[in-house]
Amino acid sequence: MENKAVKNTGKSRDWGKLFGKQIFIPIAALLLLAIFNLVTDPSFYKITLGFNSAGNPVLSGYLVTILDYGSELAILAIGMTLVTAASGGQDISVGATIAIAGSVILRILCGTNSRPDTLQAPIIVAFLVACVAAMLCGAFNGILVAYFKIQPMVATLILFTAGRSIAAWINNNELPIISDPTFSYFGGFIPGIPIPMPFFIAVACMIVIALVLKFTNLRLYIQSVGINESSARLNGLNPAFIKFLTFVILGLCVAVAGLIKVSRLSSINYSVIAKDIEMDAILAVALGGNALSGGKFNMTASILGAYVIQFLTTTLYKFNVQSDALSAYKAVVVIALVVFSAPIVREKMSALGKKIKGQSHAKGVA
Amino acid sequence: MKKKVLATLMTATLVLGMVGCGSSKAEEASTDDAAAATEEEASTDDAAAAEGDGELIKVGIINNDPNESGYRTANDKDMKEMFTEENGYEASFAYSLKNDEQITAAQKFIQDGVDYLLLSAADTAGWDSVLQDAQDAGIRVILFDRTIDADESLYEASIVSDMAKEGETAVEWMKSQELDAYNVIHLQGVMGSAAQQGRTGALDEAVASEGWTLVTQQTAEWNAEKAQQIVQSVIDSGESFNVIYAENDDMAKGAVAALDKANISHGVGKDVIVMGFDCNKWALEELLAQNWNYDGQCNPFQASYIDEIIKTIQSGGTVEEKTIIMDEKGFDATTITQEDVDSYGI
Repeated sequence: MENKAVKNTGKSRDWGKLFGKQIFIPIAALLLLAIFNLVTDPSFYKITLGFNSAGNPVLSGYLVTILDYGSELAILAIGMTLVTAASGGQDISVGATIAIAGSVILRILCGTNSRPDTLQAPIIVAFLVACVAAMLCGAFNGILVAYFKIQPMVATLILFTAGRSIAAWINNNELPIISDPTFSYFGGFIPGIPIPMPFFIAVACMIVIALVLKFTNLRLYIQSVGINESSARLNGLNPAFIKFLTFVILGLCVAVAGLIKVSRLSSINYSVIAKDIEMDAILAVALGGNALSGGKFNMTASILGAYVIQFLTTTLYKFNVQSDALSAYKAVVVIALVVFSAPIVREKMSALGKKIKGQSHAKGVA
Repeated sequence: MKKKVLATLMTATLVLGMVGCGSSKAEEASTDDAAAATEEEASTDDAAAAEGDGELIKVGIINNDPNESGYRTANDKDMKEMFTEENGYEASFAYSLKNDEQITAAQKFIQDGVDYLLLSAADTAGWDSVLQDAQDAGIRVILFDRTIDADESLYEASIVSDMAKEGETAVEWMKSQELDAYNVIHLQGVMGSAAQQGRTGALDEAVASEGWTLVTQQTAEWNAEKAQQIVQSVIDSGESFNVIYAENDDMAKGAVAALDKANISHGVGKDVIVMGFDCNKWALEELLAQNWNYDGQCNPFQASYIDEIIKTIQSGGTVEEKTIIMDEKGFDATTITQEDVDSYGI
């Protein structure tokens, strides 16, 4: 009898541990969506190998679509997590900065002619310049937030409103179209590899950030600045610089996402490219169970959160949800997920769990 | 405290700096939404105009943000080319996608004492009182591109596209293709916009009367990326379709990107018929290359119509018709020519 009771508590402690873990939320959401799709239509998971119009092998299916289209969001979630953790606020200029980065890429590839037959510069050069441009935008936000102590949401509002117009201005308000097929690789498939390229780019970004977090003190520094700025300063850190740094890193992420976005269609539309993506990126961070007021963060959970959002979008598209109701459905799911992942709810839940555990324990003893 | 003041000052300087940049660049492109909202660019000095012939007609033009779409860019360019000093106009421009900002701009134009107020309203409601003010001040109002919910007596004329007719022309063209079956992917614009309602209405009617199948009907919000995802989702589901009815060119482009990825042939004599709207130049080029099948025009060139009306009023005539509907074509990939692309592409 006693033995059983001990075993019992051990088990529930394991459950409590898993439940209390941050990554539980996105995993639970993912499982929920996965099971829902499995029950309603197992063909959701069908993946077929085919050939695209260029004659290259490609994998297709809903899962591939999710990995493909979720990539930009996952990349952005990396940067957004760091910004959130360090500054306790969010960058809402991400979509506009993507427009700027994309516009810069196209401007350099096209030169002065908006419809070039050949690329005017190597893609890598265009990408690097776009990185610099996006990092400058990030630095601008970072300076406002870190050194002038402006609320991140307010500071980034400037680029949020101005960014798309700046992007249009970079290309003289023309709509460049690139016909060179190599440029479409980054948002499509590289010949011979059947897995979409954006996924590889996202994985590369994840590996880089994982290595950075593992081999440098960045995580520690960011978290200590986020948790308590003054004690971080007393411990010899420079909080302003660390906040600034996170915005610059986000800028880099934005440039990568921008490359994928413009590559998908080999063109750009300044007013709608990456529209509202900042909200999805912030949502990914929230879904990952990270406190939006800064402090500790879990990168894996954020990235997983990004893919959960894409999973949800794809599911809604699959079920042909009435077009004008689509965002409402999404909102309902999002509310449920976010409320569930709110720290206060989880505290209550674990308290409830303890209570039940306590009761069963009492019973076991009795 | 000092820091706060400093911070506020610095931000103010930064913002002002950006606004400043915006104004100076506004000639070729509006650079800054915030600035664009209220910025006006008077093409001439008042003094210079007075010293000259003094006959210039003052027009205040309120338009939507030219970055909104290719259509708007072409529209704005057309306006700027028409209302120049050489043509006898002194034009001021104000841009905004928000109704309240447009109304503020209109009030300012009324105070400035323009002769004509040209208006493409962001929203249909809320214009009555400001147009009444204009009328009291003796300012003539001409609406272009978009109608508003206000009494007809408040404006001289409205020059618009008939979106429902655009849709009907396109649907008639579809019927004339005489396919064995019509399995349509319908990509809608932003729900509630006039273009979406007109173009959707015509298709919905045909689907009901002709027994066509809508494989999917979803809004991609004029957005190529969303269109690509929606079509991708249909392809993933394995459902068959043979027509893509996209309510603008961008969405058709996104759809085609998804088709290309899945090796589904499209265009003249191929598996899937691709239809778009707005007649962007690049879209007409796709038609010319027979990659797409149909493109419906949405005419952005209203300036010449407005010019004509102003001339009529200036010479003491009256405008017969309040609502002027522009000619709009539909282009078929099998009959389109390079000349069409050059003259109708925007």
